Amino acid sequence: MDATDRAIINRLQHGFPICEQPYGQAAAELGIGEQELLERLRAMLKDKRLSRFGPMYHAERMGGGLSLCAMSIPQNDFEQVAEKVNAFPEVAHNYAREHALNMWFVLATDTPERIQQVLREIEESTGYPVYNMPKKQEFFIGLHFTL
Amino acid sequence: MIASDTNASLDDLDRAIIQATQAGLPLTEKPYEAIAEQVGGTPAQVMARMQRMQDRGIIRRIGAVPNHYVLGFRGNGMSVWDVPDEHIQICGEMVGALEFVSHAYHRPRHPPLWNYNLFAMVHGRDRDEVMLKVEKIAKLLGENDRGHEVLFSTRILKKTGLRLPGGNP
Repeated sequence: MDATDRAIINRLQHGFPICEQPYGQAAAELGIGEQELLERLRAMLKDKRLSRFGPMYHAERMGGGLSLCAMSIPQNDFEQVAEKVNAFPEVAHNYAREHALNMWFVLATDTPERIQQVLREIEESTGYPVYNMPKKQEFFIGLHFTL
Repeated sequence: MIASDTNASLDDLDRAIIQATQAGLPLTEKPYEAIAEQVGGTPAQVMARMQRMQDRGIIRRIGAVPNHYVLGFRGNGMSVWDVPDEHIQICGEMVGALEFVSHAYHRPRHPPLWNYNLFAMVHGRDRDEVMLKVEKIAKLLGENDRGHEVLFSTRILKKTGLRLPGGNP
């Protein structure tokens, strides 16, 4: 990870041009060549320093439903419930966290109305309540992460 | 806040572009031309559609997503805050603007079990660094901080990409 890679990550978190040769334009701003930028991006994607390069889509604005949900599961039942929750294709990520609410997952559905349905299905399948915490407001997605 | 009518304006070409770019932008000199070849449009059309989707917020932005964990930021804590509802706007904006906060959201409380209404993901090299940053947030919020906790993840139980509704007509 050298200064050029850091400069690329810092700069390209803020956006990317929409024009015929955007890599050339971004590379010129960074003071490097177009091919060098492409090679460095490929390398950083390959070794996973970048998880993605491209357009970031806004799920709700595309008509889908999205919510953060939490459950409180006793340890002796945790694995079994995790398996049942993960079996729902609408569950995108699921994390164990240290708290009374110890299971946190993101639900992504094709329509906003489906969120409530899937929640009920998860409650029926597992026998535990699901706490729905859809965002009421997003303040800022701090996409800047200076290295 | 959530513009539910925007989906209606996505047409087949938009959806094809979304589908073609879900995994990322092609890494070739003329990426929009490459997408155009794939979806059967002209480069000018593809660029115009992507610009329009970006203007409408369907595309948040085009760019690089760093992997915090691989880059050495291994302490990621979900900090949650109980702030007065009437001050949520100013508190959310202050916290969201911090460089070490990647997402800040207002979410509903579920009393008595859950009294927090402001969520902020805090990134640091380890848990100690995250806790120091959380203390900075606490100072910044001052009296508006009526209680907070940091939830560290102990295990990833599932991780798949979001299924994009526009990409799966």
